[in-house]
Amino acid sequence: MSQQSGDGFGPDLAEVFGPAHSDGGPELVQLLTPEGERLHHPEFDLDFSAEELRGFYRDMVLTRRLDVEATALQRHGELGIWAQLLGQEAAQIGAGRALRPQDHVFPTYREHGVAWCRGIDPLQLLGLFRGVDHGSWDPEERHFGLYTIVIGAQCLHAVGYAMGMQRDGDVGTGDPDRDAAVLAHFGDGASSQGDVNESFIFAASYNAPVVFFCQNNQWAISEPIERQSRIPLYQRALGFGFPGIRVDGNDVLATYAVTRAALQRARDGQGPTFVEAYTYRMGAHTTTDDPTRYRLSDDVERWKLRDPIARVEVYLKRNGLVDEAFLEAVAEEADQLGATLREGCKALPDPAPLSMFDHVYAEMTEELAAQRDGYAAYRETFEGGVA
Amino acid sequence: MSQRVTLAKALNMGLRRAMEDDDKVLLMGEDVGKLGGVFRITDGLQKDFGEDRVIDSPLAESGIVGTAVGLAMRGYRPVVEIQFDGFVYPAYDQIVCQVAKIHYRSRGRVKMPMVIRIPYGGGIGAVEHHSESPEAQFAHTPGLKVVTCSNPVDGYWMIQQAIACDDPVVFLEPKRQYHADKADLDDQATPDPLFTSRIVRPGTDATLISYGPMVKTAMKAAEAAATEGRSLEVVDLRTLSPLDMTPVLDSVRRTGRAVVTHEAHVNLGMGAEVAARITEECFYSLEAPVLRVGGFDTPYPASRIEEDFLPDLDRVLDAVDRSFDY
Ligand SMILES: Cc1ncc(C[n+]2csc(CCOP(=O)(O)OP(=O)(O)O)c2C)c(N)n1
Repeated sequence: MSQQSGDGFGPDLAEVFGPAHSDGGPELVQLLTPEGERLHHPEFDLDFSAEELRGFYRDMVLTRRLDVEATALQRHGELGIWAQLLGQEAAQIGAGRALRPQDHVFPTYREHGVAWCRGIDPLQLLGLFRGVDHGSWDPEERHFGLYTIVIGAQCLHAVGYAMGMQRDGDVGTGDPDRDAAVLAHFGDGASSQGDVNESFIFAASYNAPVVFFCQNNQWAISEPIERQSRIPLYQRALGFGFPGIRVDGNDVLATYAVTRAALQRARDGQGPTFVEAYTYRMGAHTTTDDPTRYRLSDDVERWKLRDPIARVEVYLKRNGLVDEAFLEAVAEEADQLGATLREGCKALPDPAPLSMFDHVYAEMTEELAAQRDGYAAYRETFEGGVA
Repeated sequence: MSQRVTLAKALNMGLRRAMEDDDKVLLMGEDVGKLGGVFRITDGLQKDFGEDRVIDSPLAESGIVGTAVGLAMRGYRPVVEIQFDGFVYPAYDQIVCQVAKIHYRSRGRVKMPMVIRIPYGGGIGAVEHHSESPEAQFAHTPGLKVVTCSNPVDGYWMIQQAIACDDPVVFLEPKRQYHADKADLDDQATPDPLFTSRIVRPGTDATLISYGPMVKTAMKAAEAAATEGRSLEVVDLRTLSPLDMTPVLDSVRRTGRAVVTHEAHVNLGMGAEVAARITEECFYSLEAPVLRVGGFDTPYPASRIEEDFLPDLDRVLDAVDRSFDY
């Protein structure tokens, strides 16, 4: 049952699709090479102002700092766990910046960069991983949903939400401030879940204004992408009846351009698109994972050379679009963010014990109120009473 | 040979022995191969038994259980691992509508010798969906058998017995005990039969009934009560469906008082069933109503207040006090 080449169960995969962990293949949309060369693409080319480029750089540096800081906080026992995004900054910032305010995002548990673009306070992300709540932001306020931990579940919600937009007449009006779309995030592992596949069917069937944005970081904890798919993921979309595009997920310009086009297509009423952001998980799956048990350090070294931040930095410098003062200012901002997160995280108050009874229902039941009151009375019997 | 092992190690050894004894036994699940599972319960097994017997599956719980149904029909004995309790629900339809009913539907012609291993329960400071206690949902489903171990010795034997069982067994592993305590494991011993409960501490004044992760808490409560001159008998249910009530009923007839405790929500939980049966069978022996101590009827809260949600020593002792107040 092994899926290696020449196992008699199918064609030699390497022959058909190239080596498993390739550079993404010729179909990869790329606008900025790892060496910082600007490329042009017949379909997805865009002009970027110096301002925009510096903005991408700043977003990615700050997102990385958030990630590094949170990882350190977990090591110091301040967070229960942290889902790292190291290496996925470009995929997330490109996608996040392509959104319009009225678009709506359905994230997984790792969309820290997209959250950043939506203006979610990073401390609220930390609160979830610290265990003070299940996510304290209002999903409607900035059109950014709560993190979803059950793999793939949010893709169906995304399609339903998009169907709602469609019904409300917020698609295809030609009014750029009204037309809206949904961005649904998931991983390569999640692409195997029934929910994700069902969401593809619904989206295609109703022509829903949704962009499925898969960060193929090559790994689902210890399982390589080959365990989930024998064909490049983006090619799956065609089987469901909508287009799929593979973009270099370490290239923020390409991710931005492709996601922007896909979102516009959705807003215009032309239906779903599948975007596969081909990237790599540089860190561990989460802070409890040990990738040395299953992953080659050679691969990590190879992907370091494709660092999403370094290539933008090289491009900016080479073209005289930044000076030292700018770079120092961003570095300074990152340090400040780090300090804010360190102090802010430790200062996040534990929830009051009785708060666990809040919001179980929109209308509190007598039964549960009695349980709450009983527990309050019980705590009163201890010194100090209810905290 | 006897050695001191944790529950995690004992389960690993039990799985290994079951695979050695019967080459139809297969392990399937997410990350069970190279990684050895996120809790390392299957550590080293793929290395020794190969990728055909320790199978890393695609990320799809319905797929894992559904294909295991087909493998079982074909004469294999699949042991599937669900990574965490909260992720069993994508497979719920397959477990409840298919796994549980195929023997019945086929009038006994098709057996479902499958084990569904689920690390369950809280107390590890995890995020949402990583601390659930879904036992009642499965115990409420005819056609499934549901067991849970509370210590390494039981873990070692019960996993092998579950694999050898011709019925589908939901095997609940108290994850916070995986690495908590070591026990002496004698692999030549004769274990108790799988579907039996057991008195794990004798006592005379009241009966504490528990299972899985709460047995340790119940034992501690009994120790604490002893220092105050109260003798509590502790029963480890071990099997939730079928429920083995005999040791429980015998005990309550002697002590006259019973407190049932589990991590799962109280309403419609295992405690309700145990209390109802005690009331039906030992009504005239009871000095007080059967009391229940469990998780509150809220979703599992954020981890910083899970200690308030989970029954602890004090809440159990408080219930014992209330029992004596009648
Ligand atoms: C339904 C379900 N099954 C299992 C898990 C445990 N789990 C958490 S993350 C993960 C791997 C996900 O991989 P992928 O979808 O590729 O996303 P990535 O984390 O790599 O970004 C698994 C198995 C889960 N959260 N939900």
